[in-house]
Amino acid sequence: MHSEKKSIRTPIARVRGLGAAKSGTGHFWLQRLTAVSNIPLTLAMVVIVVMLAKLDYAGARALVANPLVGILLIAFLVSALVHMRLGMQIIIEDYVHEEGMKIVLILLNTFFAVLMGLASIYAILRIGFGG
Amino acid sequence: MSRTSEAQRPLSPHLQIYKPTVTMVMSILHRITGAALFFGTLLVVALLVAMAAGPNAYGTVQAIYGSIPGKLVLFGYTWALFHHMLGGVRHLIWDTGAMFDRQGRTSLGWATLVGSAGLTLLVWALVLMR
Ligand code: HEM
Repeated sequence: MHSEKKSIRTPIARVRGLGAAKSGTGHFWLQRLTAVSNIPLTLAMVVIVVMLAKLDYAGARALVANPLVGILLIAFLVSALVHMRLGMQIIIEDYVHEEGMKIVLILLNTFFAVLMGLASIYAILRIGFGG
Repeated sequence: MSRTSEAQRPLSPHLQIYKPTVTMVMSILHRITGAALFFGTLLVVALLVAMAAGPNAYGTVQAIYGSIPGKLVLFGYTWALFHHMLGGVRHLIWDTGAMFDRQGRTSLGWATLVGSAGLTLLVWALVLMR
C-alpha cells in the first residue's frame, strides 16, 4: 500500500476534494432541491405554454408581460437549468473517462446552461418592460 | 478514471444477461428523458427569445412548432417532461426510504408510466381543443 509513505497528512486530508464532482454532497443536495422546485414550476410552465398556444402575438406578449407569469417562467428556467446542468454533469462523469474530453464537456455543459438562462431571462424582462 | 492494472478476473455479468424489470427500464428512461429535456429546454427558450424579437420571428417559430414534425417533437418533449417529473417524484419518495421493497418499486414504476401517458394526453387534448 502506498499509504505507507512517510507523511503527516491524514488519509482524509489526502482524499478530500478528489471525488468525481470535487464537491462532496453539495451537488447531490442541490439536485434534490431543484427536483422539488421543478415540480410546481414545470406544471406552471406547461399551463402557460398551453395558454400561449391559443393566443396571437399580441395576446402572447401580454400574457408573458404579466408579472406573475414572467416571474414563474424565470423561476422555472433558473430551477430547471441549475438542475439539468448538475444532471448532465453526472451523465458526462459516468460515461466520459478521458480527462481532457471530460473537462471540455463539463465546461460546455455550464456554458450552455448559463447562455440559455441569460437569453431567456433577457427576453422575459424585455417583454415585461415593454421593450 | 485511471486503469492501473489489467486484472485477470472474470467480469461481472452486464445488463443484457438479466431479465428486464419495470424498475430497470424506468431507471434508464429517467436518464434518457433527463438528457432529452436538457435539449428540450431550447424549445422553451427559443419561443421566448422569438417573442421578444418581434412578430416575424415569433411567427416563424410558431409555424415550425405547428408543423407535423414540430408537433411530434413537442409531443415527445411533453411526454419526457411528465415521465421525468413522475420518475423524479419516485426518486424523492425513495430518498425518504419509503417504497423501496419489490412491491413498492414495481407499483411506482407502473404508476410513472400510466401517469405520464395520462398527463401527456390531457395536455395535448387541451392544446388541440379549440
Ligand atoms: C419536473 C420535475 C423534475 C423532477 C422531480 C426531477 C427529478 C430528478 C431527480 C430526482 C434526478 C436524480 C436521479 C438520480 O439520482 O438518479 C434527476 C436527474 C436529472 N434531471 Fe430531473 N427532474 C425534474 C425536471 C427536470 C428537467 C426540466 C430537466 C431538464 C431540463 C431535468 C434534467 C435532468 C437530468 C439531465 C438528470 C440526470 C439524469 C441521470 O443522472 O440519470 N430534470 N431529476
